Amino acid sequence: MLEQLDAVLLARLQFAFTMSFHIVFPSFTIGLASFIAVLETLWLITNREVYHNLLKYWMRVFAIAFGMGVVSGIVMSYQFGTNWSRFSELAGPVVGPLMAYEVMTAFFLEAGFLGVMLFGTDRVGRGLHAFATYAVAVGTLISAFWILSVNSWMQTPQGHIVDETGRILPGDWWAIIFNPSLPYRLVHMVLAAYLTTALVVGACAAWHMLRRRAQDESRVMFSMAMWMLLLVAPIQIFAGDQHGLNTLEHQPGKVMAMEGHFESHPDGAPLYLFGLPNMETGTLDHAIGIPRLGSLILKHDMNAPMAGLDSVPREMWPPVPVVFWSFRLMVGIGLAMLALGLFSGLARLKGRLYDWRWLHRAAFVMGPAGFVAVLAGWVTTEVGRQPFVVYGVLRTADAVSPVAAPAVGASLLAFIAVYTAVFMAGTLYMLRIMARPPHDHEPGPSRDVPQRAAGITPGGAMAATGAPGDAKGGRR
Amino acid sequence: MNGLMPMDMTTVMGFIVVFSIFLYVVMDGFDLGLAMLFPLARRDDRNTMINTIAPVWDGNETWLVLGGGAVMAAFPTAYAILLPALYAPIMIMLLGLVFRGVAFEFRFRSARRARLWDAGFVGGSVAASFMQGVALGAVLQGVTVVDRQYAGGWFEWLTPFSVLCGVSVIVAYMLLGACWLIMKTEGHLRDGAYRWARLLLVAVLAAIVLVSLATPFLLGTYWDRWFAWPTMALTAPVPVLVALVALALVRTLAARRDYWPFPLALALFALCFLGLGVSVYPYIVPGSLTIWQAAAPEKSQAFFIVGVVLLIPVILVYTGYSYWVFRGKVGADAGYH
Repeated sequence: MLEQLDAVLLARLQFAFTMSFHIVFPSFTIGLASFIAVLETLWLITNREVYHNLLKYWMRVFAIAFGMGVVSGIVMSYQFGTNWSRFSELAGPVVGPLMAYEVMTAFFLEAGFLGVMLFGTDRVGRGLHAFATYAVAVGTLISAFWILSVNSWMQTPQGHIVDETGRILPGDWWAIIFNPSLPYRLVHMVLAAYLTTALVVGACAAWHMLRRRAQDESRVMFSMAMWMLLLVAPIQIFAGDQHGLNTLEHQPGKVMAMEGHFESHPDGAPLYLFGLPNMETGTLDHAIGIPRLGSLILKHDMNAPMAGLDSVPREMWPPVPVVFWSFRLMVGIGLAMLALGLFSGLARLKGRLYDWRWLHRAAFVMGPAGFVAVLAGWVTTEVGRQPFVVYGVLRTADAVSPVAAPAVGASLLAFIAVYTAVFMAGTLYMLRIMARPPHDHEPGPSRDVPQRAAGITPGGAMAATGAPGDAKGGRR
Repeated sequence: MNGLMPMDMTTVMGFIVVFSIFLYVVMDGFDLGLAMLFPLARRDDRNTMINTIAPVWDGNETWLVLGGGAVMAAFPTAYAILLPALYAPIMIMLLGLVFRGVAFEFRFRSARRARLWDAGFVGGSVAASFMQGVALGAVLQGVTVVDRQYAGGWFEWLTPFSVLCGVSVIVAYMLLGACWLIMKTEGHLRDGAYRWARLLLVAVLAAIVLVSLATPFLLGTYWDRWFAWPTMALTAPVPVLVALVALALVRTLAARRDYWPFPLALALFALCFLGLGVSVYPYIVPGSLTIWQAAAPEKSQAFFIVGVVLLIPVILVYTGYSYWVFRGKVGADAGYH
């Protein structure tokens, strides 16, 4: 079977596979690091043991997720060379320094303070420990900035010069880094990470509340997660819409594929809800659409003309069905997040946030939804960029390494085997931690707490037990 | 920065690459070496061993990402030639590092599977170390380049010399790991580490001799560098220094001076690195491309160098702080995990 697939497709499959596995972990750890930083701040301010317990509980999950993010990330950094050596040679002068800045400003910061954060509880004071946690959280955000700058430049390149040999050279670093799609992509991705984490935390809390366990901790984290959904899901939908308008300006072909607009609509385009994109005939079969709504959303004028893929040469079309469906999946989940947030708002108004079991069931079911939405969003934007790797500048087919297909295929199979086994086990271990309720005197990642920290915690623990109901944790 | 000629900037970038790779080799070297000593250690000592590196291994591994990133950013043509040439070794190394990295957490999460993850910790470390050595050997012996692209087959990297280098890196990392344990532990674990270190030092010296004897025959430029006047005047002190450091290691291991073997082992690594650098410079793809022929434009290198000058000192400070927080001996009873 492998012989029939060409090296380019295999290299793309390998990148898609390793990248999809990788992005799941940063999406979670970006949000979780900020969540832990907030918990630690609340603990520092209020001294309530419930925050301390939650802090240690989620640090154990974080340690596993972060480790998996690190090992799958190192694979990504070397794949540019092994599988995409032409890309590395031609675009390396632009993307190489940006990724090096990610290492120097983010990876070292995270790694340098992660040890103190996870294992230093009884070696440094509370203030220094909080500083380490903030450093890790800020590191995850800096990392997101640089890697999204690279990706955004590949989507909306500017500030570069292509020389006579085809090499892509830096012209203006400021223009390269702050390229047109960076602000939208960065906001959209960081909010996605926060929502993804809120859904996981909310589902974990809902699970324990449904089983009537760990009332204090579950209520605090459930309240925090639901505030996040209620406030951020609408912002995310707005940010996504703005991102879409930016894409329409710079990568119109991608939006045509997302919308299923094969044909041009001179007097207002419909918004297709469903349909079967047919690349052969260039039509959207069995389409269900709302007339003129597409123009209203994308141009803010229901009669505005919109070009379709018929205005684009065939060889420049991205694979429409993939983009069309992954976009709908992402949007659908986003609307479900909004609905869950509104549901929780209603429950809060009625004073039933902690006992409306249908809300808890809904939150539990939505637990993994953020990851699916993140993957669907990345599929939309990456597949929608095809057939280019650097949009309009370098074709994917011209970026691949001179490595024979069987070698790429063999390594792809090895990655599938190893990642499936290792990351399934890691996910299982995280779920196992989350399946047990958080409790007083959580062990945290550091297991020698009883030895040295005996004198530190009890006071706080006693102060905290008095006030289970008035969870004020949700101000984030 | 403006005062520098582009050629000088390329040399500076060359030093940055060598610096990152050297820091990676010694820092992750003792992590990987420690893992490979696992099978020799008593079961109840293994948690102590892993606790000596758990807070720092991630930072140590980050130098690998910086080294790779620096080559891609500053010498993209070399990156584009060497990584496809080293396809299988790199892939196996990456998969090995996956098993090694996840074991730190996983082995504490499942009592039933702990031995399985320990096996992954050891096996992954062996695979990564061996393949790093193989990659070094493959680069030293040269790769087939046509029209500034890799043009060899999948298994060009596999030769007796590259296998020798792979084995050499394994024993060298194990020596570093043993010296680290001498410094960081007490009791019978430290006694064991002293025994292992003495044996490993013999193996490492043998490996240094074998690799040094084989290297001058790989490429004519290496031969000239080591045995032709006037460069010989500069290269001759290197083996002398290696011998002196080795002697000091033998004596401190015999006298059981806990805090000396590790820095001396680092010095041994530094000298071997220096020797390799003397052989290879100014090539980055030996026999094919010099650092100037593979260089990125000045604008890429300048941007990178600004970052290095501003950020690396800060990184070294907080990395040092992190080591300082976890300083001192790690007892069997007071594990971090």
